Parts: sequence; C-alpha cells; structure tokens
Amino acid sequence: MKSAVILFPGINRENDAIAALKQATGTEPTVVWHGETELPKTDIIMVPGGFSYGDYLRCGAMAAKSPIMRAVAERAKAGVTILGVCNGFQILTEAGLLPGALMRNASLKFICKNTHLKIENTDTRFTNQYKAGDVVDYPVAHHDGNYFADSDTLDRLEGEGRVVLRYCDADGTIDPATNLNGSQRNIAGIINEAGNVLGMMPHPENAIDPLHGGTDGRNLFKSLVEAAS
Amino acid sequence: MKARVHVTLKNGVLDPQGKAVHHALQGLGFDGVNDVRQGKFIELELDGTDAAKAEAEVKEMCEKLLANTVIEDYSIELA
Repeated sequence: MKSAVILFPGINRENDAIAALKQATGTEPTVVWHGETELPKTDIIMVPGGFSYGDYLRCGAMAAKSPIMRAVAERAKAGVTILGVCNGFQILTEAGLLPGALMRNASLKFICKNTHLKIENTDTRFTNQYKAGDVVDYPVAHHDGNYFADSDTLDRLEGEGRVVLRYCDADGTIDPATNLNGSQRNIAGIINEAGNVLGMMPHPENAIDPLHGGTDGRNLFKSLVEAAS
Repeated sequence: MKARVHVTLKNGVLDPQGKAVHHALQGLGFDGVNDVRQGKFIELELDGTDAAKAEAEVKEMCEKLLANTVIEDYSIELA
C-alpha cells in the first residue's frame, strides 16, 4: 500500500500525516514538494494541515495553484483516494476538487481543542471502519473552518450522502449550540461526487496514539487501507 | 496602467469580521453606522496601454486567483 503526502511551504502537520499513514499502511509515505509536477503512483494522497503560503490572500488559495496540484487533480479524476485535512481541506476547495469554501470562524477566534463529530455516512472509503451513528473525538486547530456553500449545494451534498462528518456533542446532538465554528449545517467534512476525495477540518491524524489522548482517528486511516486493498 | 480590484463578500454571506468592526465602532460612539462589510483592495501595475485587453486579463486573474467566486464578488477599475 503506497501513499504520498503533499508538502507546501508553511505546512506544519506533515509529520503527523506521515505517522498516521505509516501506522495504517505499514510503509513510509513519499513526501512530494509543491514545486514538483509529477506524483509517484500511490493508492492514497494526503494534503496535510498548516498555513500554506502564510494563508496569504485566502487560506489555501496559493497552494491550490501550485504546480503539484495539477497532478493531484488528475489523480482525483482517476479515482485515487485523496484526504485533505484542515488547510488541506481549504486547498482542495480552492482547487475546485470539493464544493464550497472555508471562512473565518464565526467567533473570530482560533479554535484549538478536541471536538465531537458524528460520522454521518459510513459507506465511504474514508469511514467504512466506523459504525452508523458513531460519535468520535478528534482535535481541531483552525481559524478558518466555517464551511460555506449556497443552499442548493448544501441540499445536494446532504441528499447524496456527501456530508460525512458534522460537529456535535458527546451524545451526538447536532444543533447550533454544538456548532464549533459556525459552519453551515454543522458540516465538518464532505466528499466529492465520485466519493474518492474527502476534505475535513478536524485532525484524525492527531488521534491515533494513546499519547494523543485518544485513538478515534485510527479507523479513518484503517478505512482508507481497507478500501484500497 | 494600473488596475484596482475590490474583492467583497457576496450578499447573503455572513461577514463575522465586518460585524466585529461594526461592534467596535459602536463601542467608540459611532452610532450612525448601520452595517460594515470588510473586503480586500488589490492594486496591480500592468504592462501595455490597451484598456479592453487589460480588463479582460484582470477579470481572468480575479476568476482564477484574486477572488473566490463561491463567496466573493469583485470589481475592476482601470487607471
């Protein structure tokens, strides 16, 4: 099982992404620099979190136009599994691989803590190891995670089962009070139409070791491996 | 030639930063402000003298990079 981690200047979660992919796949991922134009042949591509290009212009805007993203878009079209976390989610929306946009948190505050999430669809290559209705605990660390899309797009995402994760409380309650950052309809993660690209704000790669305080994120990476094998 | 680009949030898109600025203005005693929307101003120094061509090119820049048309509108002014 081969995987790749895309590295942009200003990214800071690449080592966490590498650790999670290594734990799940058993092999060291290839790290690909943003200036490259070609990707090695892999089953999984991960776009990690951080502050690519210092979040200049808009979060993810510059990274989305960097040379390697053309190759990532081609792989997305070819059906390769692509996971974008935090800044990675912002980059995938800016690149047009996922609908909508991530705006400043409604509270205007940088939010760095653990949050509960409901797995809304377990029939995806990212969540097949979870059970329907599972509530998981992942960390978040972002300033711009407030998901926005127009209501037609939101209806379509919901109708097609493409909202994969939503912010909730420990009991799985999804309402304005459990909406971490003001996201439309508590959305924390979505997949593309073909189901091979997932973008999410929370960090499953930081919930894979008891020393992280929890291991709820392991099943997400196990799901990728299960789907690709 | 100079191009000045204003990028603003679309109507209907909540602007928490604008709201915070509005709140701060009220705190300073500026009671006559009904609403605040925050945006970006980008100034470009361009080659050439053909205004129509420049405008078309800046429009493409806005569509491809300077604005995110999911949430933002833009306007272009040449000088």
